[in-house]
Amino acid sequence: MAREVEEGFLLEAEAHPYIEDLETLPAEEKERLLHTGVDVTGAGRAGTFMQLDHSVVHCRSDQEGVEVLNIQEALEKYPWAREYFGRLLPLLPEERKSGKPLSGFFVRVLPGVEARYPVQASLYIGYEGLAQKVRNLVIVEEGAALDLITGCATGAFVHRGLHVGVTEIYVKKGGRLSSTMIHNWGEEVVVRPRGATLVEEGGVFLSNYVCLSGVKSLLMYPFANLVGREAVARYNTILIAPPGTKMDIGSRVNLSAPGAKAELIARAITTGGEVISRGRIVGEVAGVRGHLECRGLMLSERGRIYAVPELEALVANVELSHEAAVGKVAEEEIEYLMARGLDEDEATATIVRGFLNVQIEGLPPALQKDIDRAVAACQLGI
Amino acid sequence: MLKLENLGVAVGDRLILQEINLEIKPGETHVLFGPNGSGKTTLLGTIMGFSRYRVVEGRILFKGEDITALPVNERAVRGIGIAFQRPPTLRGVLLRDVIRIASRDDVSPDALAAGLNLTDFLDREVNYGFSGGELKRSELVQLLAQNPALALLDEPESGVDLENMALIGQAINHLLEKEVAPWSDRPLREIRLGRTRSGLIITHTGYILNYVEADVGHVLYQGRLSCSGNPRELFGCIKRVGYGECIRCTF
Repeated sequence: MAREVEEGFLLEAEAHPYIEDLETLPAEEKERLLHTGVDVTGAGRAGTFMQLDHSVVHCRSDQEGVEVLNIQEALEKYPWAREYFGRLLPLLPEERKSGKPLSGFFVRVLPGVEARYPVQASLYIGYEGLAQKVRNLVIVEEGAALDLITGCATGAFVHRGLHVGVTEIYVKKGGRLSSTMIHNWGEEVVVRPRGATLVEEGGVFLSNYVCLSGVKSLLMYPFANLVGREAVARYNTILIAPPGTKMDIGSRVNLSAPGAKAELIARAITTGGEVISRGRIVGEVAGVRGHLECRGLMLSERGRIYAVPELEALVANVELSHEAAVGKVAEEEIEYLMARGLDEDEATATIVRGFLNVQIEGLPPALQKDIDRAVAACQLGI
Repeated sequence: MLKLENLGVAVGDRLILQEINLEIKPGETHVLFGPNGSGKTTLLGTIMGFSRYRVVEGRILFKGEDITALPVNERAVRGIGIAFQRPPTLRGVLLRDVIRIASRDDVSPDALAAGLNLTDFLDREVNYGFSGGELKRSELVQLLAQNPALALLDEPESGVDLENMALIGQAINHLLEKEVAPWSDRPLREIRLGRTRSGLIITHTGYILNYVEADVGHVLYQGRLSCSGNPRELFGCIKRVGYGECIRCTF
């Protein structure tokens, strides 16, 4: 049984049995998974991974050349994979002690293989008050391509918990990874994801992060090092912070090879919560380009948005720029649409929808509907 | 169609328009001349109902109904439309979306946009990075979609190059039922005789008169209508002696 260990959160949970067919999950849990982009039917997916509390309850690959494993098994199966483990991000104390990774997913696409469908991974807290700690490793080999959807959520009846997710990502020469992470937490959940990505020559790394619901405290600052020529990284972040929510979210890209390119786009809406939206691009060598966009919308008299765009050039010949804007929906824009026939609420909703319209590549349609629904719900707070 | 009765308008605490009396009958096109800062844009914005313009006196009648206190969208629904001089940028909202909104999904955005050389702009964020001429065409395509009974056009010619000027003139003539639109199958004569579409066009340069026939001209000077009459005659007079002459008639 669970016992209390860290910051008031329970560190151990009972083990859950393997679930052969995820469709046997209760309807409300399936619904919550769907809200994080995870489809239990596995339809239109190249692979599925699901971890409940500390147990890997489902793990399957549906395409040759696409590997989906429990990371603990993967490191036993592939001794070479150990050199990727803990290289970009330090080991957690538990891992240092045991010399083994915590459980989590290992996703690898073999050289030249293009995953036809996205791989989906779900990290789920089903036990009230639990501290879930996860270690993930993603390797996109040379010339391979993958869309990865990671959905993190708490169970329908879980309000309190801690989630620590450590994810190391390697995009090899000419590889392409689109990683979409969708969070749907309980209101008393503390979330501390860590992410690091290494992108080699000509590699492309697209990271989308979406969190539209309340969370007690969410702190993350993933980074990508573009170490190969012409490597590209793009981070899209979409946040809605309801009252009682604290989000401190950013991303950093180091442009370390000629021709490397980065774009960081963040859209934050507060309906009463607090958002710190950070971004940092470092131009380390000549001939690199980066652009950062931080935009915040205050839909409430309360709440706070603090935009912190940072640019750093270490050599002269770099092209780095940013734009940041924080404020309420402009009256002039609302009246513009009213003059075309919309009432005030419809006009505001259209503008807010536009604000969140980052045009995320490969976004599942169910999630797009979710965004629309969340936007509609925001209107109540105006 | 539109009747302004003794209208007085303030922005903040500053009185911008005074004693404005104006009537536009169905099918008529009026032009509004006046120097910079005379209150032309304020007058159009007041008719549309924008919140920064506060009516302190008089009233606005549209099709016989007092609309002075109606919100912007209620006026749009009743048949008033406006082409902005400097429209705001709506990030993430596509021109296609706004055309759909304006037409209530009644016309194909693609057909309308093709007529104004805007096909490539349909899936761009509305007004974002548009040039002066592109903004004017974008405004007009939205108005064509809306097809209002009364079109308010705020300097439709400013910033437009010669080639696009003809295009804009043509769009205004379609809007005001002076020419047959390519998507309409009604004969021109029938359209002319039954014309009810009305327009109020602000022009700073008078240039638009080379493309669009207007019935009545007005000069707005320091917030008052100083004179009205044949638009070409008025414009000729302004060209010769400038607006300085207006002071004698205004006060």
